[in-house]
Amino acid sequence: MTSMTPELNPKSSKAKARSPFQDSLRTFRKSKLAVIGTIIVVFFILLAIFGPLIAPQGINEQNFKLKLQSPSSEFWFGTDVFGRDIFSRVVLGSRLSLMVGFASVAISIIVGSILGILAGYYGRWVDTIISRFFDILLAFPSILLAIAIVTALGPSLFNALLAIAIVNVPNFGRLIRSKVLSIKEEEFITAAKAIGMKDSRILFTHVLPNSMTPIIVQGTLAIATAIIEAAALGFLGLGAQAPAPEWGKMLSDARVYLVNAPWTMIFPGLAIMLTVLGFNLMGDGLRDAFDPKMKN
Amino acid sequence: MSEPLLKVTGLKKYFPIRAGIFGKEVGQVKAVDDVSFEIRQGETLGIVGESGCGKSTTGRSLMRLIEPTEGEVFFEGKNVTKMSKEELRKARRDIQMVFQDPYASLNPRHNIQKILEEPLRVHGIGDAKERKEKVAKLLNIVGLSSYHAQRYPHQFSGGQRQRIGIARALMTNPKLIIADEPVSALDVSIQAQVLNLMKDLQEELKLTYIFIAHDLGVVRHISDRVGVMYLGKMVELANSEQLYEKPLHPYTQALLAAVPVPDPDFKRETELLKGDIPSPSNPPSGCTFHTRCPFKMDHCSKEIPMLVEVEPGHSVACHLYKDGLNNDNNFAKTEG
Repeated sequence: MTSMTPELNPKSSKAKARSPFQDSLRTFRKSKLAVIGTIIVVFFILLAIFGPLIAPQGINEQNFKLKLQSPSSEFWFGTDVFGRDIFSRVVLGSRLSLMVGFASVAISIIVGSILGILAGYYGRWVDTIISRFFDILLAFPSILLAIAIVTALGPSLFNALLAIAIVNVPNFGRLIRSKVLSIKEEEFITAAKAIGMKDSRILFTHVLPNSMTPIIVQGTLAIATAIIEAAALGFLGLGAQAPAPEWGKMLSDARVYLVNAPWTMIFPGLAIMLTVLGFNLMGDGLRDAFDPKMKN
Repeated sequence: MSEPLLKVTGLKKYFPIRAGIFGKEVGQVKAVDDVSFEIRQGETLGIVGESGCGKSTTGRSLMRLIEPTEGEVFFEGKNVTKMSKEELRKARRDIQMVFQDPYASLNPRHNIQKILEEPLRVHGIGDAKERKEKVAKLLNIVGLSSYHAQRYPHQFSGGQRQRIGIARALMTNPKLIIADEPVSALDVSIQAQVLNLMKDLQEELKLTYIFIAHDLGVVRHISDRVGVMYLGKMVELANSEQLYEKPLHPYTQALLAAVPVPDPDFKRETELLKGDIPSPSNPPSGCTFHTRCPFKMDHCSKEIPMLVEVEPGHSVACHLYKDGLNNDNNFAKTEG
């Protein structure tokens, strides 16, 4: 009875079975800016991992004889007011900034996803409560809310991380909620129900994987924002505390010497700018790759 | 006659219409309104009707994918409508569904192997190797090859996807398959292939089908009996031959007359229906068809006609046949 079946062209049987994800990855690799962004991000990640091997000095090796030295072959980025090597501090500072970026976004994604899925899938009063909670959080300007949280918890890098995570929760929560709302109406969800699948299993095998792409994109962009927010909190003295080589904190310490020793400020500033640029380029590339409307 | 495989009595599904900030219920859409029928083992019941007449809702209510408002569904003597969530989940092994849109009913992120395996995993049937064999076997049965298992839905054509949808429905060896417009999204040439496949499978695997469609030709090809729905009600239910040779309800007659004839010089003898299908949130009183019926009588707008058997195997809900089937009835002849 299979005789009348149109068989696929046998040649096409050799065509590789590519998942939609692999397809997107190919698009991503074709974008120059996205690749540049990825290279920058990977560069900073390697810098963070191998920091102690690269940095010629520790973060707090003071030498007052050599304070505020301009960049030279010995001190590539110069020295600060305590005679500490700025290059070493910038390199080791990448660990703090990336850690804050990744950890805070990870926390917001996890919390936001759980809340968003609950709101989107179960609807009704669950949705009302969670959505209003998001609305309340979003009613505050994000940096103001972060400052309020850190002030309440006490200034430290960990608390700054937590504050940034909390501030970002509603963004991810709303994103996931709207995605779940649209996916839940798809026919393959009804099909899964018809098969006899449990709700929880449908959530994890069908709804969640199909909601992930906007989260990956938004997450990459959010890391950039989180790094800036961490630097801002550090600058205000609410984030990392001395002698931690946090870039924002370094900027804030150096502002007095801006005229006489601009290198104390330029290099941490450049580091912030480059990381944020890298994550933004990568995020934009991911968005273009995953958004079906952008495909030709 | 033996016990029917599926028995539906008084099935109703009313969707509430909510308005205002507090979601107050301001009315109801009577999507399915008091539908009853039976299906015997191994037969195919076609359900036809215009868009929005409640045929899909009927199909989905049977599996409780949409919770029916009222009425009872007995599957092999067990009351589906009274089952607990877990009982229902297990019962779904025996009742499977084929969906209308082959593009939307397969998860785009899963490959075919995963899609087809899912029913087996859900019901804990077989180990990894057995599942793989079963997938390969069913792919062959529906006319695809086992190497297709590693591909993703977007690499297939509509017809091939619908075959995959059918294969998925067959994975658990179900007894009843509810096919919700399984061919209406496909090209006409592919429609025939899929229909023939379904017919062959029915003979081979002793399947029972509920076949929902809006295309009368398609339904005629596959069904043993056909039910015609209008505004949530079943207006005529008959053996396929009887219905097509001698339609009784004016609505069925109009539907059949509207089937295109491949002859440009053909002139229709009967008038086609005028106007739109009335809103199911505010259905006409009495017989819901009276607003468009060419044979409307005074009491049609007052009394609701019941579905009565006017000759063996032929039921109709129309006041014209209140006193049984009258062969001199002038209007049985007007049918084109």
